[in-house]
Parts: sequence; C-alpha cells; structure tokens
Amino acid sequence: MNKTLLASNRSVLIFLLVLAIFTVAVTLMAQATGFGLISTSFVKTLGKTLCLCIIAIAMDVVWGYCGILSLGHFAFFGIGGYAVGMWLMYARTEEIVAASLANQPLPATAQEVSDAIGTQIFGVVGSSELPALWMFAHSLPLQLLAVLIVPGLLALVFGWLAFRSRVTGVYLSILTQAMTLALSLYLFQNDSGLRGNNGLSGLQNIPGVSAGQDWVSVWFFWASALALALAYILFAFVTSGKMGSVIRAIRDDESRVRFLGYHVETYKLFVFTLTAMVAGVAGALYYPQAGIINPAEIAPIASIYLAVWVAIGGRGRLYGAVIGATFVSLLSSWFTGGGAPAINLGFYKIVWTDWWLVLLGFSFVAVTLFFPQGIGGLFDYVAVKRNANYGPDDGSWRAEEGKPE
Amino acid sequence: MFRALLLACALTVSAVCASAQDLQSVLQEDPALYNKPSRGTTADAVEALLASGAYDVATFLERWQGKEVWQHDDGRFVYVTDSDPYTLIDIDTGEEIGTADKGELTQIKPNAGVRGVIGSALVRFQLSDPDPARRIAALDAINRDGSAEHLEPLAASLEGETDPDIAARKERLLSLLTARFGDTTEARVEAINSLAEGVSLDSRAALNQILTTRSSVAAEVPEGTNVARIRKVDDTFTVDAAYAELASAGLAPTTVSDADVKSALTAHIVDGEVAGVPVAQMNDPAARIRAYQSLVDAGQAAPFVPPADREAAVKAHIFFDAYVEPDAAVTDAAYAAMRDVDLKVSAMQTADIALDAVSLASIYFLAAIGLAITFGVMGVINMAHGEFIMMGAYTGYVVQQVIPDYTVSIIVALPLAFCVTFAAGVAMERLVIRHLYKRPLETLLATFGISIALQQIAKNIFGTQARPLTSPGWLDGALVFNDVVSISYIRIAIFVLALIFLALILFVLKRTRLGLEVRAVTQNPGMAASMGINPDRINMLTFGLGSGIAGIAGVAIGLYAKVTSEMGADYIVQSFMTVVVGGVGNVWGTLAGASLIGFLQKGIEWFNPSNTLAAQTYMILFIIIFIQFRPKGIVALKGRAAGN
Repeated sequence: MNKTLLASNRSVLIFLLVLAIFTVAVTLMAQATGFGLISTSFVKTLGKTLCLCIIAIAMDVVWGYCGILSLGHFAFFGIGGYAVGMWLMYARTEEIVAASLANQPLPATAQEVSDAIGTQIFGVVGSSELPALWMFAHSLPLQLLAVLIVPGLLALVFGWLAFRSRVTGVYLSILTQAMTLALSLYLFQNDSGLRGNNGLSGLQNIPGVSAGQDWVSVWFFWASALALALAYILFAFVTSGKMGSVIRAIRDDESRVRFLGYHVETYKLFVFTLTAMVAGVAGALYYPQAGIINPAEIAPIASIYLAVWVAIGGRGRLYGAVIGATFVSLLSSWFTGGGAPAINLGFYKIVWTDWWLVLLGFSFVAVTLFFPQGIGGLFDYVAVKRNANYGPDDGSWRAEEGKPE
Repeated sequence: MFRALLLACALTVSAVCASAQDLQSVLQEDPALYNKPSRGTTADAVEALLASGAYDVATFLERWQGKEVWQHDDGRFVYVTDSDPYTLIDIDTGEEIGTADKGELTQIKPNAGVRGVIGSALVRFQLSDPDPARRIAALDAINRDGSAEHLEPLAASLEGETDPDIAARKERLLSLLTARFGDTTEARVEAINSLAEGVSLDSRAALNQILTTRSSVAAEVPEGTNVARIRKVDDTFTVDAAYAELASAGLAPTTVSDADVKSALTAHIVDGEVAGVPVAQMNDPAARIRAYQSLVDAGQAAPFVPPADREAAVKAHIFFDAYVEPDAAVTDAAYAAMRDVDLKVSAMQTADIALDAVSLASIYFLAAIGLAITFGVMGVINMAHGEFIMMGAYTGYVVQQVIPDYTVSIIVALPLAFCVTFAAGVAMERLVIRHLYKRPLETLLATFGISIALQQIAKNIFGTQARPLTSPGWLDGALVFNDVVSISYIRIAIFVLALIFLALILFVLKRTRLGLEVRAVTQNPGMAASMGINPDRINMLTFGLGSGIAGIAGVAIGLYAKVTSEMGADYIVQSFMTVVVGGVGNVWGTLAGASLIGFLQKGIEWFNPSNTLAAQTYMILFIIIFIQFRPKGIVALKGRAAGN
C-alpha cells in the first residue's frame, strides 16, 4: 500500500500515453493545426467521443466498482450541458442584440436590451421574459460553477434519500430511471424556462471568439482530452487504495461491509455525487461541440445506452469503459451514418441504418451472456496474470482482497 | 293519443270556422310584404296572416321559410311541383291549378333574418304539432336560440302536451326562458331557483347569461346600477391598465406609450441631440423623459401624463363590473343558484375524474401485473416487458388484417396475443434469463438489449407510422350519466378485462397446484426445490404467464391508443413504478400500486389540466419520496420471505 498511485496502477500510465499519442495524431491531422487530413466535423465527433468516455468512466466507477447501476447519469451530463449552454446562448444572443440595437437612432436602455434578449431566446416558446433560472446566465464563472454544483447537489439529495432508506439493486436502478424521466419530462414543458423541446441551440458559436469552427473544434478536442486524462487519474485514485477496496467490497457484499463497521451509505453517496459532478463536466464539454441540447438527450434511454457501453467495454476496469464508449459510439455512428455496406441476401436486403439497433441489442445480450468481462477482458489474455481475476461477482468469494491490476 | 286527436280536430275546426278570409286574398292585400320581405316588416306580415285566421297558415309559413313559395306574373302566390313546365298548386286548397313556364314565375327568397322571424312564428304551430318528432325539433330550435317571444307560446303549448317526456322538456325550457325573460321578479327568481337543482349545460348557460357583466368606470357608482363587484387596482389589474380604461372612457387625457416616446424622440434628432439632450445619453429612461418633456413644452409632441398623475386619476375613480340585468333580486338569486350548481358540478367532476382514474388504473394494472409476477417470483426485471405489450398489440393488428369483422377479430386476437407473447416469454427465459439468475442487474441489461432489438424489428416490419386497432362498433360511444359525468365503453371494457384478469390470477395463484408452487418459489426457491418443486419449470411458466398477460394488455391498450413500435416504452416506466410502489410479488400490491398511481396522475392533472407533462413529473417525484417511507412498497412481504 505504500506504492504511489501510478506504480500501483500501471494502466494509468499506459492509458495516458495512448491518449497523448491520439491527441497529437488528431492535432496533426486536423485542418486548423495540421495537414487537414480529417474534417472539422470528424474532429468534433472525436472530441464528443472523448466526452462520452469521461461519463463512461464515471459510470464504470459507480456501477463496475460500487455496484450501483445508475440509470440517471445522463441526466447529470445533460444538466452540465444545459448549464454551460445557458451562458453560451445568453452571451451569444447579447452580442447579436447589441449589434442589431446599435443600428437604431437611439441607444437602447438596459430594459430594452434585456427584453430583446428575452424575446430572441424565448420567442419560440411564446414568452419574452428571462425566467429566474437564467439570473446567472450572464456570468461564465457562475454557470461553470453550476456545471459542478447542480448535478452534485441533485445527486447528493437523491442519493441521500435513496441510500438512507436502503434502496438497492434493481429498485435503485428503477428509481434513478424515474428521476431521469421526471427531469426530461419537466424540461419538455415550454414553461420550464429552458425552451421546452426546442432545447438550447447554436452552442457551437463561442461568444467573443472570432476564430472559425476548425480552430474551435480543436480547442474543444484538447479540452476534452485533458478532462479525460484528469478524470482517469481522479478515478484511478478513488478506486485504488483503501477506499477503493471498501468501494469494491460494497459492490460484492454490502451487508458484510456494513457489519465490518464501515458507513456504507457515506461511501456510496461520495461515489454517486463525485461521478455525477464529473458527468456534469463531461456534458459541459460535449454540448458546445454538438451545438444543440434538448430534453430528448436526457431521456432514460440515453443512460441505459451508457450502461451498455460500459458493459460491452468491460466493467470494473477504467480503460474498459473508455474502450466501450469509443467502440460502440463510433461503430454506431458508422452504421447509422450509412457507412456500413448493405448486405444483399437475395430475398431481403439488410440496410444497416434499419438493422443496426437489432445487431446492437443482440450483441449486447451475447456480451452479457458469454463475455461478462466485455472487450476489456481480452487484455487479461495478453497481460501477465499476477493476481487472480476478480470480476464483479466473484470477488466476495475470495479469501483475501487482491490488488487491482 | 285520443286527447291529441281531439285537440287536433278542435284546432282544425276552430281554424276552419274562423277562416273568414282565404290566404291568397290576405297576401294580395299587400303583396310587397311577402314577395320582398325584409326583417323589419316580416313580423307585421306574419301578424296579418295570423289575424286573418286563414286556413293552413302554418304550411304557408313553412314553405315561405323554405323558399318554396313562388309568385306568378299575374300576381298570384303559388306552390309548385316538377320543373319546366312547373305545375302550379293553389296555396289555399292544395289542388293543381295549371302549369307555367319558368319565365312566368319568380321564386320568393327571404333572407336569413326574415327566415329567423318566420321560424319563431312557426314555433307556436310546431309546439302543438301532432307529430312528437316535430315538437321535439321545435324545442331544440328554442333551446339553441331562445328569446322572449317564445315564452308565451311555450307556456300555452304546455297545457295540451300529452307526451310526458316532451312535457318535462317543455317545463325545463319554460323555466330556462322564464329565468331569463320572465315578466315579474318573483316568477324569474322562482324559475332560477328551480334551475339550481340540475347541472345540465343549458341551465348553467342560462344562469351565466343572466350574470353577464360589463366592466365600467366612473367617479361614483351611478344610481340604479346593479353592481357585481368593485375591481381593485392591484398586481393583476395594474395602474397602467386602469388608466388606459379611464382614458378610453374619456374620463382622463390619453397618455403616450414608451414606443410613442421613442418614435417621437427619433423623429426629432437634430445634430445628435433631441431638445438639447445628447443622443448618447438616451440609454437612460430618465433622460428620455426629460427630452420628451422638452418636446412637449415646445409643442412638438403629444402631452405625456406623468406616472404620479396617472395614479392619482386612477385613485379618484371607481372601477366596477355591473350586471347587464338591472334587477338585483334576480342577479342575487342567479348568483346563489350558480354557486349551488358549481358545487354540484365540482362534485360531479370529481366523480368523472375518479372514473377516469379507475380506467387508467386498470390499464396500469394490466400492464404491470405480468411484470410484478415475474419480478416477485424470479427477482428479475424484464425491460422487454413493454415490447411484449407492443407485440400483443401488433398481433391484434395483424389479426384484424386477416379477419375483417371487428368483434370476431378481437375475440381471436386476445387469446392469440396471449399465446404469442407467452411463447416469446418462454423462449426468452430459456435462452437468456435462465443463465443470469445470479446476476439480476445484468438481467436488466440483457433484457434491455432484447427490448431495443424487438423495437427495431417491429419498426422494420410495420414501419414507423401508427397502426390502428379498431374496436368493435358496440364499444363505440360512451356511457353518459349527465352533462358532466361520462365514460367511454372502451374504458369500461378495459376495466372489466382488468377485473377478469385479477380474478383469474388470484384463482391461479391461490387455488391451483401451479399457484401453490409459484408461491413457494417466490418465498424460498431453495426450500421449494427441496420439497420436490422444480424451480426451473416454475420460473419458465411464470415468465410465460407474465409475458402473456402483457400481450393481452397490449391488445387492450391498442384499442384506445395507437399501435406503434414505441408504445411499450411509454408504459414500461409506469409499470415499474406500479410494481415498486405496490410491492413485489403480490397481486393486491400491484392493484394498490396501480390504483395509487392512476388516481394520483388524474388528481394532479385535475389541478393543472393543461399540462400532463407536469403531472407526470410531479407523480414521479411523489413516488421517489414515497419509496423513502415504504421502501418495499405498499404491500411488503414480511418475515423470511422478505429476504434482505
């Protein structure tokens, strides 16, 4: 236990190295900074994928390490996106309004400016007033703070309520799903103050920045890569050492850990809240690259897909989550984007845009049934085994807790 | 009937006796009244006809109204049959009196206003018409558009009325009309009080009409005004709105709006200044007012009333709503009657909401009971349950494509849907779930994989557009209790279906060998196995049963909602909620959960009917909080069976 974090987690170094090489490679290929081998929109796709990797790691920690199958982490992701989107939209609209009011013969009063911004933003939902929710929208630091605080606070309150009444297992999953559904239904209303089902749009335009999208996309790619690296180190730290052991023990047998004198609820609450905050940050980086956020993004199905990525990538290992998120989301955009060639069976032609979800669904069943370790499990075959392999379910049957790989 | 005949005879006889003049000669006295009728003269024309006592005035009025009266070039009024050449019919005797070409005849076409006047004159004939259908039609006409002149013929016709139903309607209508147009205050108050006993839409409409108010403003309330309420100036009725009303009533000088100020200022920009104030300072509202005041002083703009003066002017006046009806006794009675009616209506609405809630609860029960059984017995959550619902609904759709008769197809579809989803459930249990009993969270994900695959397959086969599942004709329509409370037959059918399944499941679980074994496995699988029960077989059958009921629920839901590939997803979360709230593995628990959620959702919708999204949000929040207090649901298993 006296080893440093990096020494006890060799995978962290390897991961950071791979990420660094990948980032440099993309930078060299991008249009703004390199030879222009890949398009700006593909840089954005890669940047978004990195953000999805961040939330996948968070999901892996809360599910693969702590055993809480949360079907609500995309809600935190969405809240982060909304928080930063509010500033982006407000500041951008303010610029537009200022430009259009400058042409008028009389300079506008403060009231007129705020009315014009309200009309511009909320005209689509038939309102012209800025709701109280937007009172901090003019300030970037406050909204960035909200990216961390709002998901954190929501997770804290929800988690405290759920964990203290000992809601566990499948019940907890359904409860988190209900929370997500409630949030997305709320946001779907026009009077929610967040533009109903129109969501926030035009987020790719960064106020006060005159550089083109080719540059902006690379900046966000770098920021996402940095955030992923930091998140990886953070969670590697959280899941190693004594606390990591307790967290994994909770996954394997919660009651036994409680009998040993640990305050299980506090550990779970810590993990739940921390991962929610990281999910918020990931969302805040994701949506400016996507350009638009609407309540459909928060719908429970998104959080279930998140669980799918982590399961396919391999639970209980951080790089597994990254592999899963990258592999499935890129493969998904390849299939749904029409990139995959159609297969002609003679009597029927399989068009992948129609059949991709079927393939995903059944491959998911197959992974669950036959490869519970996921893709990440393949590394066990090449790596030299120093310890027995402790999967999520077998750990509690061992005589002693092994060190993480 | 005999009395009616007698009455008809009497009328005829008296009409014949009185027919000192024939119709044609009455018409000829002043033909212009009839061939070019205008709204103002028609009443006189009708009066003249009635006074003449001519035979068969009613028929003439009817045909006149129906544009069936023609005038011959020689001045005679005639009815015609056939066309070109027209056969002429005498308006008095009804006999054919020759033919004429189109050129010789002019059709008389009264305009809509005239036809209305004729119509109300006709009413008095129609109200006593021997044919009940025509009497009812006359009543309907009065009901649509009653007026003071209907009062007297209606009261007169009541006496000879023989049909008790029509008599009752006439009495109702008479009190409605009396309430609005009666001669004396006492008669009107009495009629109004009798209206308070019902909740029908027309009595409420009549009361509302009596209680019509008009907003006005004055320095003091004028003498003789029947004031409904004084309007206070507050947040909802702002000073600005009040002042605008004052200005439009001519009681105060009009002021200018901010937009007017702005355009006046813009119009007077000279060398970067407006009346000496630099344009650059105009982002301050105070500077704008200063500049505008200078413009006003220079006579270049309309005067501007400062806010303080506006407030003073508003304070000096009384804003009030006055009843259009001048008689305070009548409006008081109507107000009291309205309150009574409103109270009754809210009680009825509560009953109506309760009926809605019961039917919603039935749907949730049907959707969730299968889930509850599988979850209770096997401890696995089936995320594909919603897709089994969808599968059942599509089975119904396919059956309807094959069997065109809706009644037969529904009768075939219900068991077939059960069989299809039962088979699918058993297959899924055998192939997937069996291998994951030790890993319940992964069951959730594996079944989710199946769910998205099934959903996409359905989309590929049936397309994305909604498919109709048509209910048989005898399920159309609704059971109407009164104007407020009603419930559609489909919802009743779903309720009955839910009851049948409740009874069936209770019977299977409590009275059969299979049920005994299922309950044993629910409580303790290990112990049940040592008693010779094969848990594998029980699990398989239970899963099939749960899925089969989902298929039935699918047909039921498809009958009143559209069948789409995503319909299952709409119900899955609610079904989970029902199971979680109700408590796992207990039929009564599921029933309680479904009722709670159904009533809750309808109850919340009642408070905010325009916003069902908000209702669902609040309901889910309620459930999350509910779980805090009863983590194991309403009906929790106790003792060892509860597990940990």
